[in-house]
Amino acid sequence: MSARGGIVGVDVGGTFTDLFLFDEAERRFTTAKVPSNRGDEAVGFLDGLRKLGDVKGFSSIVHGTTVGTNALLERKGAKIGVITTRGFRDVLEMRRRDRPRTWGLWGDFKPVAERDLRLEVEERVLADGSIRTPVDPEAVKAAARTLLAKGAQAVAVFFINAYANSANEKAAVEAVRAVWPNEDVVASFEILPEIREFERASTTALNAYLQPVVGSYLGKLQNALDGEGFKGSFHIVQSNGGVMSTATARRLPVRTALSGPAAGVIAAAAIADAAGFANVITGDLGGTSFDVSLIADGRSVLAAQTTIDFGMVIRTPMIEISTIGAGGGSIAHVDKGGLLQVGPESAGSRPGPVCYGQGNDRPTLTDANVVLGRINAERPIGGKLERLDVEAAKAAIARHVAEPLGIEVMAAAEAVVRIANARMAGAIRLVSIERGHDPQKFSVMPFGGGGALHAGALVGEVGLASALVPRFPGITSALGCVIADLRHDQVRTVNWMLDALDAAALDRLMVAQGREAEAVVAGAGVAVDRIDVLYELDMHYMGQTHTISVPLPVTLAGESTGISADIVRQAFEAAYKTSFSRLLPGIPMRIVTLRTAAVGRRPPFDLTALAPSADATLDAARRGTRPVWFAGGWHDTAIWSRLDLPVGAVVVGPAVLEQPDATTVVDPGLTARVDALGNVVIERAK
Amino acid sequence: MTAPLAATAVDPVTLAVLKGRLEQIADEMDATLFRSAFNPIIAEARDACHGIYHPETGATLVQGTTGLPIFVGAMAFAVKAVIDKVARDGGLEEGDTFLFNDPYDGGTHLNDFRLVRPIFRCGVLFCWLASVGHWLDIGGNVPGGFNARATESFQEGVRIPPVKLISHGKINDDIIAILSANSRVPQSNFGDLNGQLNALDLGEKRLRGLLDDYGDAVVAAAFDAFTARAEKLMRETLAALPDGVYAFEDKLDNDGVTDDPLTIALDLTIAGDRMTLDFSRSSPPCAGPLNIARSTAVACCYVALKHVFTDVPANAGCLAPITFVIPDTTLLGVSAPKPVGGYTETILRVIGVVFGALAEAMPDRATAAPFGTINALSVAGHRADGSRYVMFSFFGGGLGGNPETDGLNHGNNPISMATIPPAEILEASYPVMFTQWALRPDSGGPGLHRGGLGAVYEIETLSENGADVFLLGERGKFAPFGVNGGEPAALNRFVWQTDEGEKSPPLASKITDVKIAKGRRVRLETPGGGGWGVPDARPAETVARDVRLGYVTPQAARERYDAVVSEDGTLDVAATRALRAGSAA
Repeated sequence: MSARGGIVGVDVGGTFTDLFLFDEAERRFTTAKVPSNRGDEAVGFLDGLRKLGDVKGFSSIVHGTTVGTNALLERKGAKIGVITTRGFRDVLEMRRRDRPRTWGLWGDFKPVAERDLRLEVEERVLADGSIRTPVDPEAVKAAARTLLAKGAQAVAVFFINAYANSANEKAAVEAVRAVWPNEDVVASFEILPEIREFERASTTALNAYLQPVVGSYLGKLQNALDGEGFKGSFHIVQSNGGVMSTATARRLPVRTALSGPAAGVIAAAAIADAAGFANVITGDLGGTSFDVSLIADGRSVLAAQTTIDFGMVIRTPMIEISTIGAGGGSIAHVDKGGLLQVGPESAGSRPGPVCYGQGNDRPTLTDANVVLGRINAERPIGGKLERLDVEAAKAAIARHVAEPLGIEVMAAAEAVVRIANARMAGAIRLVSIERGHDPQKFSVMPFGGGGALHAGALVGEVGLASALVPRFPGITSALGCVIADLRHDQVRTVNWMLDALDAAALDRLMVAQGREAEAVVAGAGVAVDRIDVLYELDMHYMGQTHTISVPLPVTLAGESTGISADIVRQAFEAAYKTSFSRLLPGIPMRIVTLRTAAVGRRPPFDLTALAPSADATLDAARRGTRPVWFAGGWHDTAIWSRLDLPVGAVVVGPAVLEQPDATTVVDPGLTARVDALGNVVIERAK
Repeated sequence: MTAPLAATAVDPVTLAVLKGRLEQIADEMDATLFRSAFNPIIAEARDACHGIYHPETGATLVQGTTGLPIFVGAMAFAVKAVIDKVARDGGLEEGDTFLFNDPYDGGTHLNDFRLVRPIFRCGVLFCWLASVGHWLDIGGNVPGGFNARATESFQEGVRIPPVKLISHGKINDDIIAILSANSRVPQSNFGDLNGQLNALDLGEKRLRGLLDDYGDAVVAAAFDAFTARAEKLMRETLAALPDGVYAFEDKLDNDGVTDDPLTIALDLTIAGDRMTLDFSRSSPPCAGPLNIARSTAVACCYVALKHVFTDVPANAGCLAPITFVIPDTTLLGVSAPKPVGGYTETILRVIGVVFGALAEAMPDRATAAPFGTINALSVAGHRADGSRYVMFSFFGGGLGGNPETDGLNHGNNPISMATIPPAEILEASYPVMFTQWALRPDSGGPGLHRGGLGAVYEIETLSENGADVFLLGERGKFAPFGVNGGEPAALNRFVWQTDEGEKSPPLASKITDVKIAKGRRVRLETPGGGGWGVPDARPAETVARDVRLGYVTPQAARERYDAVVSEDGTLDVAATRALRAGSAA
């Protein structure tokens, strides 16, 4: 097979590695799914590439990775040292004076850098940027040598108020680099020149913690690709949904924390846009969690920070993805108060649901779906298992749900699905209704292996317009790698009052920041149609501590952005009104932080390449019927081969659409229709 | 005039769905206020709470998961205060909203403003929504309200009984004018009031939507079911504890006016599936602001129980099997005008005493005392441009050792989930410089599971004319206790620099109006948590690690753990064995 000019998206997940090859010349695509090799992901990565063709023939590879995420969650980063201002070595460990849970006072916290690897030096910058005590580079070098002797592999330099003036920090990090044996040295101003010491220290330390891990992983992949004679470009998806060069990823690995999920959201946005849906909520149902993200007017929402685990904060723009502990492996149980609960405890993918027969005997959401006949027990997704054990699943539901509740086993299985649906619906409401979005204007787009089982029910539960099931739900993240734009973000805290704004100074800063970001994107080595520079301000009324994001309607044009105080004021008031009901006239406004993003727009990806073939027919897609339990009884339900359905096909529920990587359930009262791109649109029957 | 409490049975699945949706309404109300509030005590420290309450009794039906824990217990009393007013004065209409801060009538202290709104369905009262938030300043002798020397509530600020802020949809601007005239920061209070109204508006809209979806009868029945379920869980939990009377007491340093310790004494009785909390042996009402009202005492017992029995849901049902004995002859049951501004310190001690008594009833799940003081510190003065500033904050300390882990270093108090403002934000806002923001060695109580460490905060004043410093703290004389053989943590300590060297307050952790010159520093050293289990049982290697990391000094390792460890954390195995063998014998 010819793959010249091919661009490959590779999504390495916990269980499977998904690949998507698009041959730009021939407008053809190929997909592959291979087992992930936990611990040495490069093996699965290469296996998958070889399955797609001759690796040296590919022009570009874009990778969504969970190596960084896993290193953070499993605490398997490098041994790191911290060099900081006298009096502040405990910032990382003291956090923001919180505790793990509202109720209950147990639990402790282990920072990523132990206390004896956090060294202090004399230096001090004040909040206004003035230097009260200069730093002595020799003292910094001595501290670095001590850290080396104690076995540190990477170093984070973090000084108080470095956001206001980075001179001391800059001198210090240069001193460390002069004596440090590798490149794994980072200063807080290079990562996040933004006010709030804990958030900056945490993000910087986690970057250092990941640098050796992500660096060695990417190095290994690069070597493997070199070994195959690959000469094309190799890029990584960032948490913000944009793509960066591997050189940038090695420098800023903390930006890969949500790499894989972000790629999925990017693909979802593109698929929705092509299908004519401006407003969608994505729902990725995995083994242990349900991840939702909102796309309004074709754009995904970026969050300023995320908490990976208690006390582990990363502050860098990332696609806002909310996670709840409800997945296929979530365990159903009746609590001491007699209430049915699903999750957050999960059987994961190993041992997995009862029906996998791998040793778990407590019922999961997947078991309920199997018992109700919604999942085909004879043809499990992924192809690892021969068949699923329906009877074992049923016995588990009878013992752990039906008996304690005093209801019949099928009713119990249906209740498990209903509770799970309610929890997923709650997650969708949190990102939509709570933010002031009307659910009737949104469609849910399920992806991953399990989401499409529940999409129809969510339409009813939340009052959404419809569900849009992409043609290949299981490879959405890999597809996202292929179509994601390039992106680079920068921040700078300014703390300027709007009333006394020097607009020329703001303009100069915006131009400088825009140029810097633009240069990173331009230097990534990938063809783009154009580079857009986007600006946002974090602002508030004087006296508030929270800020709101204020997108500015200006961009970089030559020597100026054309910004003025009036433009800022109008933009702030518009954004404030969207968030809260009333403006507060007479109270002064303040600009806290400038956020700059450069986005390299890739040539549009034509999704018609994925559409069903013209000779597909309804008859060829028919797979007979089987009994499926809906709303308190068995229904003789039509089964369809989803990928064989022609464009325009309409299927009335109850129905089940099957394909190798997903199962779509069309509940009674709903209809499904295949659109021109092969997506399935599920709506209430007219 | 209340809705018929439905006999409708709700199926368990619908019940679970409704539980999630109702909690989400309360959470959304919290989120709305946090994001739009003006003062950092609400916006950052989350000193606020929202919920849904019973039409006739005011009992808590549904509570958010993000609100301030102490308010979760106190809100039912606030709603009851409004119910009593309406019963007395009549005139309740759809579209009304009540406002008050009376600490003796369902409040906590004067800074906490409650808004209570009836929700009618078809002309009949269905339930109440309520919002509470801590406003920055409401008059009184001391900016921010924490007047350590108050002897009457009139010195603490303005007291507002339940009044109709909104009558049939129309806001009474006269009340806002009165509030504005009585605060040092009217703009901040106005911003917070608007935030609370935003939250109630949103809650009402969401709740009406839910009632339309499910029907009033089904939701009313669900309320009953939640309450019954919480009561059942609490009874089962109590029944599993051994019957008996468990006595525990602890002391407050003083009341800020006279230097006499105050005793909080609890006799906790477990009898079958019931529990009695009897505080009769506690000290009488005090002259200074360390008193609390009965409603506050009940609310903080609720907080303590929720921390121990984390599975029991947050509604009135869980209090049904509990009898409270809180005589008005004690400092825990005072009425107007006894000062209550320092209530935070007293409720922390009450919570600790409940932990202590329960530790004896269930040693396997005992938790040692958390640091137990709020340390309300104000540094006030004038900036270079002449403008006035007040830096006001609460500080952190260590949590207690427990069966699972060492105590958490630098945590927040059990009554709140407040985070501390960043030092960089404080330095950017006020003419101060932190010279230390650090963990405090040896502050955690020794134990098999060591108490978490408290902190050292050292602040230098940068303003030309210096600054005035106020502190309302505790634990200066009576340290956080250990359990199961664990030892107490370090005491709270506060000093300031003068020409004659460092000084500390005569009343341990309470001062008003100490003048600090430019370039001088104040230093607050907070307690850790108490230890859990006998210190000698802590593996010597773990003690050596504590020394290597600087959590414990070599001297303390030897004196309190019988472990011989050098400065760099090297353990002398033989010497430690000999020392420990000697202690055991």
